[in-house]
Amino acid sequence: MIQFKNVSKTFAVGKREIHAVQDVSLQVNQGDIFGVIGFSGAGKSTLLRLVNQLEYPTKGSIYIRDTDISKLSARELRKQRSQIGMVFQNFNLLTSRNVFGNIAYPLKVAGYKKQAIKERVNELLTFVGLTDKANDYPEQLSGGQKQRVGIARALASSPEILICDEATSALDPETTEDILRLLKKVNRELGVTILLITHEMRVIQSICDKVAVMENGRVIETGEVFDVFTNPQQLTTRRFIQSVQKDLPSESILKEWQKTNGGKLYQVIFKGSATVDPILSTITKQYDVDFNIVYGSVQELQEKLFGNMIISFVGSEQNTKKVLGELEKRVEIKEVY
Amino acid sequence: MNVDWITFWPRVVDATAETIFMVASTLFFGTIFGLTIGLLLYVSRTNNILENKVIFNLLNFIINLIRPIPFIIFLVAVSPLTRQVIGTTIGTVAAIFPMTIVASFSIARVVENNLVGIDSGVIEAAQAMGAGSIRIIITVLIPEALGPLILGLTFMTISLIDFSAVAGTVGGGGLGHLAMTYGYQRFDTSVMTVTVIILIILVQSAQWLGNTISRKIMRR
Repeated sequence: MIQFKNVSKTFAVGKREIHAVQDVSLQVNQGDIFGVIGFSGAGKSTLLRLVNQLEYPTKGSIYIRDTDISKLSARELRKQRSQIGMVFQNFNLLTSRNVFGNIAYPLKVAGYKKQAIKERVNELLTFVGLTDKANDYPEQLSGGQKQRVGIARALASSPEILICDEATSALDPETTEDILRLLKKVNRELGVTILLITHEMRVIQSICDKVAVMENGRVIETGEVFDVFTNPQQLTTRRFIQSVQKDLPSESILKEWQKTNGGKLYQVIFKGSATVDPILSTITKQYDVDFNIVYGSVQELQEKLFGNMIISFVGSEQNTKKVLGELEKRVEIKEVY
Repeated sequence: MNVDWITFWPRVVDATAETIFMVASTLFFGTIFGLTIGLLLYVSRTNNILENKVIFNLLNFIINLIRPIPFIIFLVAVSPLTRQVIGTTIGTVAAIFPMTIVASFSIARVVENNLVGIDSGVIEAAQAMGAGSIRIIITVLIPEALGPLILGLTFMTISLIDFSAVAGTVGGGGLGHLAMTYGYQRFDTSVMTVTVIILIILVQSAQWLGNTISRKIMRR
C-alpha cells in the first residue's frame, strides 16, 4: 500500500546538512496499523510527511499502491493528497470555521456538491460521535473532541490511507485511549490503512500491528509488534518497551532481595499458548521445588498474551537445575540476579 | 471676522462628506492593493507556500522605502505623478491618489503581520487535503486572519482621517481644508473647535465599528 524504497531526506540549515531520514525502506500493507516510534528528532515526522509529499525525498522513492508519488504533476499530487487523510498532533483545525465547516472543507476542495457535503459530514459526525457539536467552534471543544473533528476531517473524502502525526501526544491518558479506540475502529470498520508516528510505546502496544523503531533518521528495527515486544534486538527498542512495561524490578529492590534472601532470580518469558498451560507449577511440582514470584506481569499484545516473571526457586540444587532444564524447553528463561 | 453659522453649516456638512469620501475611497482601494501586496509578501516568504526571494525582497524594499516618509512630504513629492494620473493636484479626488499609495503599503504590512500569526499547521493541513495555493489564500489565510485584520484596518482608517486632514491643507478639500482656511488663516476658533469635534466623532465611530466587526468575527 505504502512503500518506501531507500528514501533519504536531507535538510540544509545554513551551511549544515541535517540528515532527517536516511536510507529508509519500509512496506506498509493494506489494512495494517503501522506505527513508527522514535524519540524526538529521530526523523519520524519527516518520514510521515514524505507520504503525502509535504516533504520531498532527496533520494529514493515512495510508492502508494503502484504509483511513484514523486513523479506526479502538481494537479495529480493534489488529487493523491485528498486520498490520504492526515491527523495532526495539534489538530490544526480552522478557527474561522465551525465543526461542520472544518469537516466540510476537504469535501469542498474535492469539489463535492452542497447536498452531498451535508450528508457526508453528518455521516462522519455520527461516526466520531459528535453529532451535537456540528455548530460549535474549535475553541469550544476539548482536546479529545478537537481530535475527533480532525479524524472526521481526515476521513471526509473516504481515503484509503490515514497518516497520523503524534495524534494523541497532546491528549491526556484517558482521552488518548478514546482516540486510539476510534483509530482502531477506523481501521477495522472502514478498512483504512493507518501509518502513525509516536513517541509513546503504549500507542504502539495498544493498536499497532507492525512497528518500526527509528533513531537518527534510520529504521533500526521493524516487525510485528508482538515479536518486537517479546524479543527486542536494539537497546533503543528495549528502552521504549521498558517505558510501558518494566521487565525488571528496580535495583534497590533486587539488592534488598539479595540481602534478605540471597537466592538466584530468573526471568521467565511466556508467549502465546505458554501463558495458558500451568507450566511452572506442573514442572516444579514434578521435581519437588517451590517457586516464588518476585515480580511480573501478563499483558495483551495484538490479541495475544505475553507474560514476564521474575522467579526464585526453593529446592535442592540438583532439582532446581532439572526444573530449569525442563522450563528451557518450553519458555525463555535466564538468570538475572 | 467670524463666520455666520447659519450660512456656514452647509459647508461644514459638505466638508465632512468630502472627508468621509476621501477616507472611504482610499480605504477601498488601499485594502484591495494592500491585501494583494500583503498576501504576496507573506506567501513569498522563505519556507512559505509560494516562496520567492526576489518578489519578497522587492516588495519589502518598496514598503520600507515609502512608509518612513512623512505624509505631507510624500504628498508634495508625488504631486507630479498625481497630475499625470488624475489630471490635477487640487481637490478631493487628487488627494485620494497619494493617500491610496501610502495606505496600500501600510495595509500590506498590516496584512503581512497578521498573516504571520497564523499557525503554519493549519496551512499544512489544507495542503495535505489537496488544496492549492490560491485556494489556501482565499479559504484559509484570509478567513483565519480576518479578525485582527479588521482591527488593523480600523487603525489604518484612523490614520487616513489624519492623512485626509493633512491633504486638505495643501488643496485636498474636506475638514482639513476648512480648518486651515477658516479656523487657522482667519483666526475663527469656532470653526476650529467644530472641525476638531467632528474629527473626534469620526475617529470614535470608526474605532467602534471596527471593534464591533472584529469582535463578531473573532467571537469574543
